Amino acid sequence: MLQTLLAQQAPIEAIDTPAIDWAILAPLLVMAVGGILMLTFASVLKRLPSSVWSVAAVVISLVTAITVIPLWMRVTDTANSATSTLAGAVAFDGFSLFLTVVIALSVALSAMLADGYLKREGLEGPELFVLLMMSASGGIIMSFANDLIVLFIGLEILSIAVYVLAAMHTRKLQSQEAGIKYFVLGAFSSAFFLYGIAMIYGATGSTNLIDIKNFLSATVLADDALLLAGFALMLVGLAFKVAAVPFHFWTPDVYQGAPSPVVAYMASAVKAAGFAGIIRVFVLTFEQYRTDWQPVIYVLAILTLLTGSFLAIVQTDVKRMLAYSSISHAGFLLVGVQAATDRGVNAVLFYLAVYSFMVIGSFGVLTVAGGVGDNAHTLDDYKGLSKRSPMLAFAMMIFLFSQAGVPLTTGFFAKFGVISAAIDARSFWLAVVAMISAVIAAFLYLKVIVAMFFAGDDDHGHGADAEDAADASEADADDAGHEPIDIPLGAGIAIGVCALVTVVFGIWPGPIDDLAREALPRLVAESSAFLEIGN
Amino acid sequence: MVEIIVFAVCAAIVLVGAVGVIAARNPVHSALFLIQTLFGMAVLFISLEAHFLAAVQVVVYAGAIVILFLFVIMLLGVDQAEDLNIEPIVGQRFIAFIVGAATFVLMVATLAGSSDAITGQRQATGPLGDELTDNNNVRELAEALFTDYVFAFEATAILLTIAVVGAVVLAKRTSGEMLPVPQNTLEIREADYQARVDARAAELEANAAAAAEAGEDGSAEASSAAASDDDTADDEMADAEGGDA
Amino acid sequence: MAGLTNTLAGLDPLFLNGVTLEVLIIVLVKVVISFGVLLVSVMLMVWFERKLVSDMQNRIGPNRAGPWGILQTLADGIKLFFKEDLQPDSSDPFVFKLAPYLSLIPAFLTFAIIPIGGNFSDPSDPSKTGIITLPDWLGGESTYLQLADPPVGVLLFLAMSSIAVYGVMLAGWASGSKYPLLGSVRASAQMVSYEAALGLSLATIFLQSRSLSTHDIVADQAGAGWLGIIPHWNVIVTGFVPFVVFLIAATAELNRPPFDLVEAEQELVGGFHTEYSSIRFAMFFLAEFMNTVTLSAIMVTLFFGGPAGPILWDGVAWLWPILWFLLKLFVFLFTFVWFRATLPRFRYDQLMDLGWKVLIPISLGWFLFLAGRNVVDDRWPNTNGSLFSVEVLILLGITIAILTVGALLLYSAIRNAAEKRELEEVTF
Repeated sequence: MLQTLLAQQAPIEAIDTPAIDWAILAPLLVMAVGGILMLTFASVLKRLPSSVWSVAAVVISLVTAITVIPLWMRVTDTANSATSTLAGAVAFDGFSLFLTVVIALSVALSAMLADGYLKREGLEGPELFVLLMMSASGGIIMSFANDLIVLFIGLEILSIAVYVLAAMHTRKLQSQEAGIKYFVLGAFSSAFFLYGIAMIYGATGSTNLIDIKNFLSATVLADDALLLAGFALMLVGLAFKVAAVPFHFWTPDVYQGAPSPVVAYMASAVKAAGFAGIIRVFVLTFEQYRTDWQPVIYVLAILTLLTGSFLAIVQTDVKRMLAYSSISHAGFLLVGVQAATDRGVNAVLFYLAVYSFMVIGSFGVLTVAGGVGDNAHTLDDYKGLSKRSPMLAFAMMIFLFSQAGVPLTTGFFAKFGVISAAIDARSFWLAVVAMISAVIAAFLYLKVIVAMFFAGDDDHGHGADAEDAADASEADADDAGHEPIDIPLGAGIAIGVCALVTVVFGIWPGPIDDLAREALPRLVAESSAFLEIGN
Repeated sequence: MVEIIVFAVCAAIVLVGAVGVIAARNPVHSALFLIQTLFGMAVLFISLEAHFLAAVQVVVYAGAIVILFLFVIMLLGVDQAEDLNIEPIVGQRFIAFIVGAATFVLMVATLAGSSDAITGQRQATGPLGDELTDNNNVRELAEALFTDYVFAFEATAILLTIAVVGAVVLAKRTSGEMLPVPQNTLEIREADYQARVDARAAELEANAAAAAEAGEDGSAEASSAAASDDDTADDEMADAEGGDA
Repeated sequence: MAGLTNTLAGLDPLFLNGVTLEVLIIVLVKVVISFGVLLVSVMLMVWFERKLVSDMQNRIGPNRAGPWGILQTLADGIKLFFKEDLQPDSSDPFVFKLAPYLSLIPAFLTFAIIPIGGNFSDPSDPSKTGIITLPDWLGGESTYLQLADPPVGVLLFLAMSSIAVYGVMLAGWASGSKYPLLGSVRASAQMVSYEAALGLSLATIFLQSRSLSTHDIVADQAGAGWLGIIPHWNVIVTGFVPFVVFLIAATAELNRPPFDLVEAEQELVGGFHTEYSSIRFAMFFLAEFMNTVTLSAIMVTLFFGGPAGPILWDGVAWLWPILWFLLKLFVFLFTFVWFRATLPRFRYDQLMDLGWKVLIPISLGWFLFLAGRNVVDDRWPNTNGSLFSVEVLILLGITIAILTVGALLLYSAIRNAAEKRELEEVTF
């Protein structure tokens, strides 16, 4: 009897910790450690000029993108060099690398936009950049995630930072409102997501995507109700993040209230990370169950396309308009996801890459044109923008044409890709709805372009709303209205880069398309060859 | 047998607590009901051999999170019952009820209808009801955390850092004036809400008046009922005022 | 059923042969004894504190009831029982009545995990690992001299100390008046803050003893120490720092002087229990002193080898550990009273600074340091725990370097923040 008791006090054996391939983690480490170092320096050093932080953020995110290059060589070297590390929790394939670059570039461009914005609003400090980079490391974790728990943690890192970023403008009430709205609804959707993970864990006995897929292909579940409920709940969580209807209600208010550079980041990186999750979990892991989830995405896509396009038209606030248009873009992306084919995934990746540039560009123009307080976003405020700043208006026109899918811009190929993928997968009606909604949305973008270029200068700034405003602010608005807009250097570079990418790759989409083709997601268990190296 | 009794008692505690959280009119009482629920859960965990989880449940949830809830409730002085009869958004409660009920029915149907859906290949806390020597949650958890979930575990560090940075950023003192709010949206919402608050107050007043009238010419029974009606109406009025203040 | 029997079984040999009536009776007797011991010790503690403080202040102190006034507490208790029970109009009736129990019950429960006796002198001898075997005329059962030895052990103590916060917090809120509310907000902020330091200093113990169970922790400290004289107690093994942090944090957790801001009479009347009278007040009073005794016992258990000590006469071998335990306990109780008599009260911001900016970083750093020490043992097992081998020195050097950099960063960040605050003319 006492012997049994003594047996418990035997020395504790060591735990076999999994092998780590540090090279795979390099992009994540650069981004996250960069953010933390910046935080450390910020707390220790005396007050530095705000530009230091934005330059540092841009450099760090570009370094992140550069670290991907050798990894990309490695993954495209042979057909089967995709692998996973850290006990199968981190996937290493073209897909994760591609999205990492998209996210890193979004951070760089948003950081450039933020520099001038923070100076104008008197909010200088490193906080925004730190949060941006930490949030991006969450997005990178999501694109690397090969495990539902990792995916969830990535999602939370990404979201919590963005909640704070949305409320970043501490002197603007709408910004606070946006933050709290996004936070409450986002926390709610995270709960759904987590509940879904629990159900899938209950049904399959694992949270690792590889194990889940192996389990599902080896076993026929007699009763898959739990699994299906898990699908539904996880989809709610992810659809919220990408702003798919009917989980889109937060989008207009948050986009309108949040600081414009942050919105640029939200519309690009957060959406990319959300779709990374959707594709890896649904298209890849639950491939066998595609007949169960495809119809749901089908309906979501149609609702998202139509709601986004129609509601965008009736808006009078350009920022809100672009919020609805980003909803409709999420619809297009869902069209590609619904196809659930390699072609569909390629189209989505291409879409995400080029959409990031055009949406950051558009919100970049909004950042500059919004004036002090980031409030002058009504359609009236944009009247005659071409006279106040021809470059800005011209860039905006490029971005809007691209979002509308006009040929010779990247947006055309993006839309063409997802729609042809849908046709390929024989979802004809979905393709038709997508085309119709593209036409409706084109009307909306033209509305803004017309306002910028063709509306007279005479009646600008004297809308009914402006007259209600206090005298002082009206005077300010008038001043801002007549004087040419001063474009900060960072924002100028960012908008220029975005416009260049949109036009150049609109004429010659080959390179991005090739990259997207090589970036297919894979679920591969840790290769034994690597394990030997690791040990 | 013992297990079933423990389960039944704990389930009752948990459910009563859960209902209490939303039914209690006073936020502090809600928080207390929440603690009750958490404790019931902790006991359930113990009966499932998850001792560590039970302890963590009490230390973290009851010991830290609900304490912070109470802090906020006490420091912000929102510990008055509010008049919940006014919907901030008309029709929202009805829809919320429908959606909530539908989700609930779906969940129950899923779980009740699928007896063999849970395959449960492995658990983080090790095999249930095994040998005495295997009764070591902490070790099992540590092993799970440092093998299969090591990346998730380490990534949590970033999450915590973000939470701290975010809290500091939001709580930081702002320098300078608040920017003006565009008038159009805010005014409409405010006016609409105020109108409904007024309507509710008027309705309560009318109720009170009607009850008083009924009390004058009614029988003894009716008058006592009216008196109690009157009381509740008064309470509600007081609450509404408290909420406004 | 299987699950629950296992739960009950724990590790105590008492339950190895199933739960019989005999076992139940033994458990009941244990409950009654520990309850009684705790109550009596509280009574004596109150008297002891008053007497000692008066001695230190050159007064006489209680000297009427019983010899040396030893029954003074009993007299006070009886008086409190028969006082009128007041409940303020503005109070929340249910919560007002609930709060004292929420203070009292955790104080009782924590004592259940303390091993108060048993011979731990030799881990290799099964009969000397804290197990007491009753004589045959009492049934001949073997058992630990502690009420319960749950596998989560010390976490139960942490859980109970976090529950105890509710008693204070709700008492202040439910009283429905300003001073108690202020007192309770202060008290709970203080308790929550210091719980972090408390838990972090405990973590070093877990690292060292590799167990959460109090029995295992005591057993781990048993045996001959270095040079045959210095005992192998955790206070020495973990290098004093965690103990000092724990002692400070425990004093704050108890709301005892010099951290008794909760009852700062000059500022808050009577603190959170201003509105309480009669038996409910007695319960708070009881809980406070009970917590003092329990926390002292926890410190003895975790840092000072519990009941370990030489057995000087084999005739009553079972009694010696208990005596050693009580002696160690007495030392701590004396220390607490000594604190009270000598140290002036902290200011609130000093209190928070001490907790967050000093104790938590120190205990975290020390934890890292000990973890580094364990890594050495793990990687180079041939060092055999020697303190001065090359590997140990290198690794400790690295750890110390990291900690120094961390400490410098923290220090300059704190200073930087203070300067910024001054620039912006923010005052607290």
